[in-house]
Amino acid sequence: MIISVASGKGGTGKTLVATSLALSLKDSHKVTLLDCDVEEPNAHVFLKPAITSSEPVLIPVPKIDEEKCTRCGKCAEVCAYNAIAVLGEHVLTFPQLCHGCGACSYLCPEKAISEEPRETGVVEMGQADGLEFIHGKLTVGEAMAPPIIRRVKQQGNNEGTVIIDIPPGTSCPVVEAVKGSDFCILVTEPTPFGLNDLILAVETMRELDIPCGVVLNRAGVGDAKVEEYCLKENIPVLLTIPLDTEIARLYSKGIPLVEGMPQWKDSFGQLFESIEEIVDERNRSLKR
Amino acid sequence: MKEIVVLSGKGGTGKTSIVGSLAALARDKVLADCDVDAADLHLLLKPRLKQETEFWSGQVAHIDPDKCTECGLCQDLCRFDAIKDFRVDPVSCEGCCFCSHICPAEAITMKENLSGHWFISDTRYGPLVHARLGIAQENSGKLVAQVRQQARKIAQERNLGYIISDGPPGIGCPVISSLSGASLALLVTEPTLSGIHDLERVLSVCRHFGIPAVVCINKYDINEENSRRIEGYCLKQGVEVAARIPFDNIVTEAIVRGVPVVEYSDGRVSSEIKKLWRSISGN
Repeated sequence: MIISVASGKGGTGKTLVATSLALSLKDSHKVTLLDCDVEEPNAHVFLKPAITSSEPVLIPVPKIDEEKCTRCGKCAEVCAYNAIAVLGEHVLTFPQLCHGCGACSYLCPEKAISEEPRETGVVEMGQADGLEFIHGKLTVGEAMAPPIIRRVKQQGNNEGTVIIDIPPGTSCPVVEAVKGSDFCILVTEPTPFGLNDLILAVETMRELDIPCGVVLNRAGVGDAKVEEYCLKENIPVLLTIPLDTEIARLYSKGIPLVEGMPQWKDSFGQLFESIEEIVDERNRSLKR
Repeated sequence: MKEIVVLSGKGGTGKTSIVGSLAALARDKVLADCDVDAADLHLLLKPRLKQETEFWSGQVAHIDPDKCTECGLCQDLCRFDAIKDFRVDPVSCEGCCFCSHICPAEAITMKENLSGHWFISDTRYGPLVHARLGIAQENSGKLVAQVRQQARKIAQERNLGYIISDGPPGIGCPVISSLSGASLALLVTEPTLSGIHDLERVLSVCRHFGIPAVVCINKYDINEENSRRIEGYCLKQGVEVAARIPFDNIVTEAIVRGVPVVEYSDGRVSSEIKKLWRSISGN
């Protein structure tokens, strides 16, 4: 089963939930944690994995053979990202804009374009305390997170229970990271910001047809509108974590909640059981 | 004109609360919400919408089933696994148009994509440019660029001294789009190990693009040892720590009331944010 942990709004506690859920299950399940927040990965701060291997993420970008090139301009015409321009006698490439689709090299009538790999990030694999751990890191200055996310997900073999830490937001990196999941936990906080971004996240999951439930973090501050919304929209609130200085202190030191306060293990175990029930029920009704 | 963009790397460190307060403190400014994925600034500034514009960006492939001969070439060549069983998954399609160029049956056309909306509004703090990216859409960076362009236009037309932008979390496409060419990045961090890790990455992005940065430590007293680490790091990097804002539930209360915290309370949070603005604006 693949469970994603997402939020819309940043800083609501995604990594706290993903790491604590993974650690709570590791004794009874084979668990892999994928940190797909490749712009700002943080799960390793909590899990301190021993990295055993790493691989660069490479995007194939065009390399022009000036001898063969006739400056016909076909490549610039077909590139949807303006990553190639023909200016008089010069063909300029802008590798940072290239998505690596391969259109230019395939369509060049002179076969003057080959592709060369350009590194935009790295995927690292290892083990942490009985968990399989994989994360990706976008290179500083690079714009495109989705290729790194794709590679992180390809490295995971999807056996056992896979828990994915999703980046914040609702756009392409989130979609890339969350698609294929059996369930998505949406972590939020009881404030107008939390509610606004929860609604966006719920809409995203509905668009992708992924069932979701809410973990309400820092409960006790703010207002009751998140719970009212969940009730109205029939979204289960699966777990509530209170605003608590001890929880905040553990988080600030990079200590997983279930390690610093082991009494939380049962709650995360129950969270998993609730998700299993929802997913099983959904699979049964889809088969019918 | 000075363009200040508020970033953090890590989400939830307090960017929007601080921008809301700077909106109340600064004169002669236009506000821009560059977090087009999950915009929240409007919840504090209560905009009155003046102009709404569709944002068309990028394209999505469409296969005409009547023309398609099911030869499978498009599926073989698509590097984004966006075509399965001779149908395009619009969510996976990156709009590269490769398939439309190579289809022997000319069955594939590209359709323009409505990827969001951008807005110009009035607030009681001045004009606000904001946007909403469509659900699960791409091109957030281009929508951010559009928001900034409109904000700059307003600042020039009205001869305003500042553009204050609420930035997105992360370090990727929308962050780069928010940051490039700005006058100053205000980096809001928190004294957690994740906050420090993410600050280091977003500061590296600022360096990469040559944008000067100052740091604000929010909730500095939830872990003072970590706050000292941040100060030591900033000292080493030659980056000023312009403010240390204490943790106080008053910030959340102000969000619930939908007002900038500097207008809600006169406490230590507000006095630090005022100090921050004096430091940034040089007043």
